[in-house]
Amino acid sequence: MSQNEESSAVIQVEGVHKSFGDLHVLKSCELTVRAGEVAVLVGPSGSGKSTLLRCINQLEEPTAGRVLVDGVVQGYRAEPLPDGRWQKLRPAEIAAQRSRIGMVFQRFHLFPHLTALGNVMEAPVQVRGLPKAAAEAKARELLERVGLADRADHYPSELSGGQQQRVAIARALAMDPELMLFDEPTSALDPELVSEVLTVLKDLAADGMTMVVVTHEMGFAREVADQVVFMDEGRILESGTAEQVIDHPESERLKGFLASVL
Amino acid sequence: MGQRGRNDPDRGSEPPAVSTTQIPDPIRAKAAPRPGTWISAVIVALLVAGLITFLVTNPVLEWGTVATYLLDVKVVQGVGWTLLLTVLSMILGTVVALTAAIMRRSENPVLRGVSWAYIFVFRGIPVYTQLVFWGLFTVIVPKIVIGVPFGPELLSFSTRDLLTAFWAAVIGLGLNEGAYLAEIIRSGLNSVDTGQTEASKALGMSNGTILRRIIVPQAMRVIVPPLGNETIGMLKTTSLVLAVPFTLDLTFATNGIANKLFTPIPLLIVAALWYLAITSVLMVGQHYLERYFGRGFDARTPARPGRGGRSRQAAVNRAGTTPHDPLPEVEL
Repeated sequence: MSQNEESSAVIQVEGVHKSFGDLHVLKSCELTVRAGEVAVLVGPSGSGKSTLLRCINQLEEPTAGRVLVDGVVQGYRAEPLPDGRWQKLRPAEIAAQRSRIGMVFQRFHLFPHLTALGNVMEAPVQVRGLPKAAAEAKARELLERVGLADRADHYPSELSGGQQQRVAIARALAMDPELMLFDEPTSALDPELVSEVLTVLKDLAADGMTMVVVTHEMGFAREVADQVVFMDEGRILESGTAEQVIDHPESERLKGFLASVL
Repeated sequence: MGQRGRNDPDRGSEPPAVSTTQIPDPIRAKAAPRPGTWISAVIVALLVAGLITFLVTNPVLEWGTVATYLLDVKVVQGVGWTLLLTVLSMILGTVVALTAAIMRRSENPVLRGVSWAYIFVFRGIPVYTQLVFWGLFTVIVPKIVIGVPFGPELLSFSTRDLLTAFWAAVIGLGLNEGAYLAEIIRSGLNSVDTGQTEASKALGMSNGTILRRIIVPQAMRVIVPPLGNETIGMLKTTSLVLAVPFTLDLTFATNGIANKLFTPIPLLIVAALWYLAITSVLMVGQHYLERYFGRGFDARTPARPGRGGRSRQAAVNRAGTTPHDPLPEVEL
């Protein structure tokens, strides 16, 4: 993808800190992802990549700082109260913000009691109130897009890991998200199944989807990322194009990390 | 193994199953001796023969009386009332229990407290005592008044008109059962992986939708077996409703006949046979419920993502690195 400096920022992470009790897992994180961009977060485990990703769709609440999606503050009213505090949004308002952001998990988290088709139809019917017939037609289309049209009536337990992850991607796409978050989407897969999931991700990127991907797949980062972000111990240490970050690392930490994964 | 023929048509285009004739020199095994099976079989056979002799020859059992009263109108009506009590009080109990279990998980501390207090009281008092209490409810609370406290009455009605002995029995049994079921349902809800909630939240579902569409259907798989157990327990607990007093259930009916005839033993047998028969029917119902809520979780196909025996094997087969499917007999 060519980087378009003109396009507007879809995600703005501004000075985000996150602590779990005494554990300070995110420190002053700044990140901007523009429309159609693919940002890849890399770094050793425990560096805070997943937590940062989860702050974007409010599965974690930042302890300090703000997250904006399409310029809208996530989780709080746009303006602070007269006393300087921020008014939290009601659960329904938070759900509405989340419904515009697709998320794919490392362990898929498909609904085991629903078929692949049922998994993809569930949110459009329950959240958007789409009629069943329309939701089914759309779900079948999406399953076809991820190459699983013939698995629509299978339960997740009857699918391979790679197939399950592709259903999970179709499930997220069914809500017509403006951006997609991927939390180590291939880490739980057998090696021979990784490429089928990465292919779907590459197709999505080529279609212009705004994406943030946490991954250890450096080849994927090099090929698809507009922006590679290296995190270590809760901080964003380096970010830039794949060429800058992967091929010309500056910090010793990143050099050491790349040496261990490449 | 090896029972499938060489030309099994079901195999389709998959690599053909290895037939035993292709395996050189298969092991001809002789089963290890198991004398315990035979010894226990003989002992049990002797005991059963003794039991049958006892049942047939013992005059006290009065099988004639059993046969006469097995389909007696009062007994059959008693069966009907007992079933009705069981079903209604289990429905009430389940609804109350689901509410209490959801309240117990709530972020609202008031609801959590109410749920805790309900379970504490209704689980802590013997069901017999509770049934007596509900029987006396119309004495304790003769009139229910809806109005402003210390102000005018808006509406008032007599409890005696509303709370018949039957409904007192249903409420007594149902509220007691609800306290036990609440804990069963709560553990069922807790058994669902938190990833399910996260995935649902990420899709923008509300807490209510997540509970109704995602958590409860999965929790049912864990809840149904103990729920079946509790239903069978309830079937027998209904014999306590004479504490209300409600006097039409199966145990009361057979006891009444027995007292009239001065023959308690054959009528105990009548009651026992009916309770066993109803339990059998309930067990069949439980089987179908378990199958319904177990869909997608079938034991043959492990539900753990990425660890499925079949999917892993399918992937290995697709990779084409092994000449044959090593599990040709396992059709999933």
